[in-house]
Amino acid sequence: MFSFENFLDLAFVWYGLITTAMFLYVILDGFDLGVGILFPFAPSESCRDRMMNSIAPFWDGNETWLVLGGGGLFAAFPLAYAVVMPALYIPVILMLLGLVFRGVAFEFRFKASGRSRKIWDYAFHFGSMMAAFMQGMILGGFVQGIRIDGRQFAGGSLDFLSAFSVMTGLALVFGYALLGSTWLIMKTDETTQEWARKCAKYVLIFVVIFMGLVSLSMPFINADIRSLWFSLPNFFMLLPMPVLSAFFAYSAWYAVKRQKEYGPFLYSLGIFLMNYIGLGISLWPWMVPYEITIWQAAAAPESQSLLLVGTVIMLPVILTYTAYCYYVFRGKTSHEETY
Amino acid sequence: MLDFLDPVILARIQFAFTVSFHIIFPAFTIGLASWLAVVEWRYLKTGKKIYQDIYRMWVKIFAVTFGMGVVSGVVLSYQFGTNWSVFSDRVGNVIGPLLGYEVLTAFFLEASFLGVMLFGWNRVSPRMHFAATIVVAFGTLLSSFWILSANSWMQTPQGYRIDADGLFYPTDWLQVIFNPSFSYRFAHMVLAAYLTTAFVVGGVGAFYLFRNQYTQHARVMLGMAMIMAVFVAPLQPIIGDLHGLNTLKHQPAKVAAMEGLWETQRGAPLVLFGWPDENREETRYALEIPKLSSLILTHEMDGEVKGLKEWPRDERPPVAGVFWSFRVMVGIGVLMVLTGIIALVLFWRKRLFSTRWFQIWCMALTPSGFIAVLAGWFVSEVGRQPYIVYGVMRTAEAVSPVAATNIALSLLAFIAAYTFIFGAGSYYILRLIIKGPGTPDTAYGSHGLQSPPLVTDLGNETKGGPHV
Repeated sequence: MFSFENFLDLAFVWYGLITTAMFLYVILDGFDLGVGILFPFAPSESCRDRMMNSIAPFWDGNETWLVLGGGGLFAAFPLAYAVVMPALYIPVILMLLGLVFRGVAFEFRFKASGRSRKIWDYAFHFGSMMAAFMQGMILGGFVQGIRIDGRQFAGGSLDFLSAFSVMTGLALVFGYALLGSTWLIMKTDETTQEWARKCAKYVLIFVVIFMGLVSLSMPFINADIRSLWFSLPNFFMLLPMPVLSAFFAYSAWYAVKRQKEYGPFLYSLGIFLMNYIGLGISLWPWMVPYEITIWQAAAAPESQSLLLVGTVIMLPVILTYTAYCYYVFRGKTSHEETY
Repeated sequence: MLDFLDPVILARIQFAFTVSFHIIFPAFTIGLASWLAVVEWRYLKTGKKIYQDIYRMWVKIFAVTFGMGVVSGVVLSYQFGTNWSVFSDRVGNVIGPLLGYEVLTAFFLEASFLGVMLFGWNRVSPRMHFAATIVVAFGTLLSSFWILSANSWMQTPQGYRIDADGLFYPTDWLQVIFNPSFSYRFAHMVLAAYLTTAFVVGGVGAFYLFRNQYTQHARVMLGMAMIMAVFVAPLQPIIGDLHGLNTLKHQPAKVAAMEGLWETQRGAPLVLFGWPDENREETRYALEIPKLSSLILTHEMDGEVKGLKEWPRDERPPVAGVFWSFRVMVGIGVLMVLTGIIALVLFWRKRLFSTRWFQIWCMALTPSGFIAVLAGWFVSEVGRQPYIVYGVMRTAEAVSPVAATNIALSLLAFIAAYTFIFGAGSYYILRLIIKGPGTPDTAYGSHGLQSPPLVTDLGNETKGGPHV
């Protein structure tokens, strides 16, 4: 049995890989969920067709990062997977149901005609909303901490529900809407693009508000997080994070205003990245917050090693052909499309 | 509220429901992807428009099916944790990496190149498009490789040890991946998927011939399907028999339930039909063929076959479900082989495409593959009970600490959602079938434009050559 445990801190390597996969999921599925969130507000039916077409070739690959997140967590940190899923049972199931409805809507909408098309428009919108909101709730419930006993979840089924998790849920809905609208600025033109610019500005205000609210409430959730961010010299060392977030938000705003094509999306990604890193710093080194560390949750070194070999080989391959697919479908989307 | 509900039973029903729903789609897409690759190859080779029409019709059906498969599959990747958290914790070291490899090697491949396959007509060369189809087909096979390896390990575990902490640890990966039942299960499932697709395609071809529509296309569909029925359908009972012998060696209680045998005996009869009664420990009203069971299972007239009474009651699988599902699966297998034989005779007499009763026969068998696949999986999974990892870990130990009420409510939600989606999906697939191949492509939805360029600024830049 081969194992890299003598050369590598496997748990740390896998923590890096899983968090990267999760981040890729958040930004990639983020923009297509965001398009779903904005869907019914579009000015016309042909706008909606364009919106759908701009993401139709990608959504399936994007969602696969969520499967990798789940599968990877199961493989590399089975204890965390086994504790977190029952703890967040209700929001996880609701998220999955949301994803089911919005996923089939891609295919069904184009096959449907007349009134039944409306059904799938709404399935797409509410499914996306539900998935985004529940992902935010999952994040909130996770950050609040999970009660365990031995190797099992020991809390109640509604433990995840709190003002904080509702807030993170809303925050993510607006966050995804920002990614969705800036994606549309990049991938569409004319009326759809003009409308997307208006959306982006409006949504950005809410993103900034929620970002501030969530950041301010984090230190009150756990004393360690408080002392991490507000003790010297940490405070100054971590200061670039909020400063950069503010910079990206400001830049995104101006990029939208100056009618840039790519800037709004890229700066929005910057906002997401800063918040994600900030969250990562706050929660380090917990795999299940405040109970189980990444090393305690780690799978056997042999198991982590086997999958690491595959990941090191496959991840660059996956990223390459994913990039190829984005390249094939580069440029602006028309509202007519067929296959 | 609802405290009388048993969380283990509910978790099992929920998982059985979501996984059964899911398997319907891969069972079809595995075969369909490979078949589409063949059709596209024929098109590139011959340049005949008929193959292009067939491809374009079936790729739409593929897309609808694949979409439903993806969303129901995402659900499953989280249900190991939501429903079977103790199992995930204890067995994660062994099974986790297999599922991880499935995602890394197969899921991304399928999902990414599906986009090219569906929307890439005017954007990539015909060769690249063909490559995308092949890659998707290959991805579906790779995916089944890993998931069947994981499932087979749960049936015939090896290459592991259990430490004092109660967790499973891998000791030999090759033994884990290529566990004793894996190769049989893999071959059996891939053939089943190919046959499922063949009978759907053949059924649709027969439907067109019956209605005297699209007859040229229909001949290709029915003809290719019957090639599968003639050459592949007879292979399935052979693989199935080998799989059964392997099961007899490793999971004899499952075989006893399949056969409905209670007493261990030499020269055991084959119970054709009957009513297995678990309380009375006998199969009532049994219609038997003497000694045949021994002959099939041990290849000797007087070979010994173990009966269910060999095991205490709490180590036996539920008998009736396994017994009946097995008969449904075998029955359909026989019908498929028979179809191949009839097709061969009709082909000989040059009446394969004009015999009306055979068209009705093929139409009736359209859903047969799905039923056989589901029945076969019921045999395999229910027959593994009461264990989740055969002989080592019981299903009852594996369940998550989630309130029964929550499982019951989410089960209802899944049933409602899936019923709605399945109904809609079937309806759209039927509409695509009725619309038929080669009808001018009204663009996506109801716009009425013909194959417009995908992207406005690239409209003039499409690469040359015929596009599929």
